[in-house]
Amino acid sequence: MKQGLFTVKENTALNALVYKMVLFGDTSAITSAGQFVNVQLSGKFLRRPISVCDVNGDELTLVYKVVGAGTRQMSEMQVGDTVDVLSGLGNGYDETKAGERVLLLGGGVGVPPLYLLAKNLLKAGKTVSVVLGFNKADEIFFEDEFKALGATVTVATADGSYGKKGFVTDALPETYDYFYTCGPELMLKAVYKATNTSGQFSFEERMGCGFGACMGCSCKTITGYKRICKDGPVLEKEEILWEK
Amino acid sequence: MGKMSVNLCGITLDNPVIPASGTFGFGYEFAELYDINCLGTFSFKGTTKDPRFGNPTPRIAECTAGMINAVGLQNPGVDKVIAEELPKLKACFHKPVMANVSGFSVDDYAFTCEKLDKEPQVGWLEVNVSCPNVHGGGMSFGTNPEAAAEVTKAVKAVTTKPVIVKLSPNVTDIVAIAKACEAAGADGISLINTLLGMRIDLKTKKPVIANKMGGFSGPAIFPVAVRMVYQVAHAVDIPVIGMGGVSSAEDVVEMMLAGATAVEIGAANLINPFACRDIIADLPRVMAQYGIENLSDIIKGA
Repeated sequence: MKQGLFTVKENTALNALVYKMVLFGDTSAITSAGQFVNVQLSGKFLRRPISVCDVNGDELTLVYKVVGAGTRQMSEMQVGDTVDVLSGLGNGYDETKAGERVLLLGGGVGVPPLYLLAKNLLKAGKTVSVVLGFNKADEIFFEDEFKALGATVTVATADGSYGKKGFVTDALPETYDYFYTCGPELMLKAVYKATNTSGQFSFEERMGCGFGACMGCSCKTITGYKRICKDGPVLEKEEILWEK
Repeated sequence: MGKMSVNLCGITLDNPVIPASGTFGFGYEFAELYDINCLGTFSFKGTTKDPRFGNPTPRIAECTAGMINAVGLQNPGVDKVIAEELPKLKACFHKPVMANVSGFSVDDYAFTCEKLDKEPQVGWLEVNVSCPNVHGGGMSFGTNPEAAAEVTKAVKAVTTKPVIVKLSPNVTDIVAIAKACEAAGADGISLINTLLGMRIDLKTKKPVIANKMGGFSGPAIFPVAVRMVYQVAHAVDIPVIGMGGVSSAEDVVEMMLAGATAVEIGAANLINPFACRDIIADLPRVMAQYGIENLSDIIKGA
């Protein structure tokens, strides 16, 4: 984990509510896809945890959805603004377990962390299939970006307005060796049931600190109590306990 | 004694800055970031007789100039704290540590304190009779002078180290409770724990926190804390640890002027993991600015 000031290089809308922010700063603490950063916003007390979408040298890309006052404020930041960021938080995805044919399943604003993961897996010579799920056509983002990386991309929309009608679980390929997923909890539960291999799930929770100190985001797992921010956000399929 | 040092119940602290229980774990997350031996001491995660998971999530809510938490005393239980956490802490922290204890009965408090009292690393026992996030314990002991005194007496009977009783602000007369603890043998008082608070999500029209209510902390509560520290420090003859929304070296000085011998820092650690280190580094500048030679001279100066 590192604390540092980042400068906004780009902050553009991808659709009505999803934004892409490119930050410039010391990204050296970010060591794997699926990690997150915690962004301090002026006038807000707690930092806002946002998953890492991509890292290129000194450039950090965050793709986030406006869901409340904090992310609304983020969306209004201008190029050249500086922002205090705690980076390199969370465990991230373990890429060593991927196998050869890897399936990535992303839902809504759970899609961004899969981008860096897909990039890394493709670089390592894996065959990557990506299934992206959205509610409707005008909420889709990053379909072309995943294609440009060289992944096979399938899009599913709940209302059928684009791609396959249904959820990501309605668009699973026939064979894959391993999967990684991130999305809303209902989707993660459906993925858990619909998949027949091992895999890794990235979870979301309201956090206090984001680095393991406050126990604000604990969950129960088969292997004991875990902090989503520090021991997660990525959990292995075999350790997940669905409580709610 | 250095210019920043203070004496807390017979033990000298290099400086009065103490990360508050529940915001600093058992120290390691922070020891990875900086040498935590710069701290006066720290109060470790509230420990109970048995292991606890705590409350369901969400446990955290944003507030103006603060936050609400309803963690509910998640901890591995006293036996594991002694067997696993304290040995790990030994590797990175070489000063006496403050053991924070909670319970659900008078016997619970005594049981846990007696065990921790025997640990050489423990310098003080901070007895939390003010956790707002658990039912049938915690705060219920700290909202009534007789109950607070009963816990104090029971802990004192089985321990040798200084016993500091941590009080709740969610009471009508905090002075009466502090005096009852003093009369029951407390060696010090720490205050304030969090204020009971609540947020409601307009989208779901339900409380943000699964437990509905939680403890409100952060800079917003600082004036309440200063007032209560002032009232208690002027009513008892034992040292007082001041806490509640402290987030700068200036706040530390203000809390000491109100009557605090040492100062705990809580929520600030969660938004800036370097907060305590930075505040300690900034104290000499603030002392010079306000013509303070020795911090110990200003206690109860207001």
